[in-house]
Amino acid sequence: MVDKMVAAQSPIRPLSLIKTGAKARLVRVDAGRGLNNRLAALGFVRDAEITVVSNGHPGPFVVVIKDVKLALGRGVAHKIMVQ
Amino acid sequence: MERIVVALAGNPNSGKSSLFNLLTGAHQHVANYPGVTIERKEGYCRYRDYEIRVVDLPGTYSLTAYSMEELIARNFIQEEKPDVVVDVVDASNIERNLYLGTQLIEMAPPLVFAFNMADLAQRRGLTFDLEQLSRLLEARIVPTVGNKGEGRTALLEAIVQTAREGRGPRTHIVRYGGEIEEELARIEEALSRSDGELVHQYGTRWLAVKLLEQDDQIVAKVGQREVLDVVDKGVRRLRGLFRDEPEIVMADRRYGFISGACQETIRNSVERRHDASDTIDALVTNRVLGLPVFLLLMYAVFWSTFALGEYPMRGLEWLFGWLAAAVSGLWPAGSESWLRSLAVDGIIAGVGGVVVFLPNILLLFLAIALLEDTGYMARAAFVMDRLMHKIGLHGKSFIPMLIGFGCSVPAIMATRILENRRNRLTTILVIPLMSCGARLTIYSLIIPAFFAPHWRGPVMWSIYLIGIILAVVCAKLLRLTIFQGETMPFVMELPPYRMPTPRSILIHMWQRGWLFLKKAGTVILGISIILWVLATFPRPEAEHRSGLDEAQARQVALEHSLMGRVGHVLEPAIRPLGFDWKVGTALIGSLAAKEVFVSQLSIVYAVHSEDNADVLRERLRANYTPLVGFCIMLFCLISAPCVSTLAMTRQEAGSWRWVVFQFVGLTVLAYGITLIVYQVGRIWM
Repeated sequence: MVDKMVAAQSPIRPLSLIKTGAKARLVRVDAGRGLNNRLAALGFVRDAEITVVSNGHPGPFVVVIKDVKLALGRGVAHKIMVQ
Repeated sequence: MERIVVALAGNPNSGKSSLFNLLTGAHQHVANYPGVTIERKEGYCRYRDYEIRVVDLPGTYSLTAYSMEELIARNFIQEEKPDVVVDVVDASNIERNLYLGTQLIEMAPPLVFAFNMADLAQRRGLTFDLEQLSRLLEARIVPTVGNKGEGRTALLEAIVQTAREGRGPRTHIVRYGGEIEEELARIEEALSRSDGELVHQYGTRWLAVKLLEQDDQIVAKVGQREVLDVVDKGVRRLRGLFRDEPEIVMADRRYGFISGACQETIRNSVERRHDASDTIDALVTNRVLGLPVFLLLMYAVFWSTFALGEYPMRGLEWLFGWLAAAVSGLWPAGSESWLRSLAVDGIIAGVGGVVVFLPNILLLFLAIALLEDTGYMARAAFVMDRLMHKIGLHGKSFIPMLIGFGCSVPAIMATRILENRRNRLTTILVIPLMSCGARLTIYSLIIPAFFAPHWRGPVMWSIYLIGIILAVVCAKLLRLTIFQGETMPFVMELPPYRMPTPRSILIHMWQRGWLFLKKAGTVILGISIILWVLATFPRPEAEHRSGLDEAQARQVALEHSLMGRVGHVLEPAIRPLGFDWKVGTALIGSLAAKEVFVSQLSIVYAVHSEDNADVLRERLRANYTPLVGFCIMLFCLISAPCVSTLAMTRQEAGSWRWVVFQFVGLTVLAYGITLIVYQVGRIWM
């Protein structure tokens, strides 16, 4: 019951749904080992803070993570689950 | 004099190249790693009594087995054991950059950190307690500003000191937490009971870490069941525990180690604000404006490469023309010495044919260096990615393909901007389908000969379009077959915009120009001479030529030569395409350079050199139908690229295998398509 309420407050969802200017915290990456590792090296680890600089509907997606600006393909943004 | 080997490691965009330039100046050597399309840069410098060899490793974010670059970097460190590894760190972005650092620490080579772009970090409000941080990382740290030339001596001093000390034991290493450490201990124990050599070369700790990360290369190297069983069990246990792959948890812990080290030693007095880079990005990556800005800049690149390059190119052509005339003048007029022919038609024409590209190459790489050093290249890839992704290529592939419309030679060289090997090879292989400037001379001969003025535009357009469509289809096919595999998901750093320094741009241009002249030059010259031999020998007997004028004599000589004979032999094979031996001979000649097709054709039709192209057009009209004319263009568009292109493919792809594949593949494709067009077209015409 309590779990459900917490989940309702900040549901886990893909990064691609986060609006421009908003911040989110990384929960996990639903991808194969290769991409997962590449993203981890770039700072996409658990609890990392991600700022969406532009949710470029459609097309790539710009975020700031650990002070670095990165462009992500939309496919990648779908696989990154945040809170 | 003592020698020290230094390996330069670091993230892409950490300013590694500028630091490399700073250390070695112009004493650099660029080559490819054997068999792969990745650049290997080396340089020398002297400091005190030491001769220091600096190897610039590929820029990477980590040292896994997932990419060729990372494998090359770590294999160099582990196998060639450089005396010192310098990790170039972007000081304005320590945390992310030190991720690679933690993995270098794990390999335990003598290590020096260069905190590069220290000025930028200062402006960003970062202050470091370098002494404390150096104690935690157990390595010397030297602040540098590569592009302004600051910190060179201090860095060299640190390198020399560190090399003298050699490998030392470490007390601070990355700790992965109880559960993982337990597994690592088990694996280390299993390793110590096995093959001593591997352990000796790589160290048990590093091997254990890589095994637990299920690193393909190391798993294959270790190969022993007993060890791998321990690893498998450990991985399964950890997976159950963390509900995640161990390697991801380990990445997490490495970042933990870094923030632990940074917390005490780095102060950030200013919050990251909206800066100038963000403002520029708002414009150039804008949904509406991004594409026009990109196209405008691409037009500028294309224009400067070819339009601006035309003046020095003409100058070089004039120079070689003058040289040919001067050398020719050493023999009496009308001399038929084959030595003269070799010197003038073989060597001077061959060398000239290569050197005239030099202005294009220099200007193209000037433009590319500007785009790369300012940081725009990453944005260009971003803008084009969606489109290029559909055909399985990277956003950046667009640039070499565009350059291909001017000339395939610089285009293939420009594929160096692509990091991924599969992308790079695919792009190299399809570049010849972009209709280059030399082929334009063929079209401008053929089109007016066969097509009414109002059809000329559409025919020309259709030829270019066919090339583009074929390139797209072939790229897609290549990616689905021999270059199969996960298309690299698009993740790319957008580095802050920077002012490029003239020094680094000049070094970049000079390197490319030299590489081109040296490598491509020798191969192209060799093949040009072979083609000259084919077109010159055997020579017809004197009595066959008596009473002929100059044009007829040239015709007889070419028909009598090996090339003419091959043209005759080929005739049955190319008949179904609508071609005769004359076209065949010209096609073989066009291997030297596509525009040679026109001059060869005018020789086989005995057109006088002072006549204009209309005379040749008339003869073509009398001998061929418009359909054949179209088929000639089609075949020239698709078929075997010229020798310069092939030589460039050899250099950039790193193996003759790809050259043969490109040559045969394109020729077969050209044959098939032309055959269909001609045979189907004949039904209607």
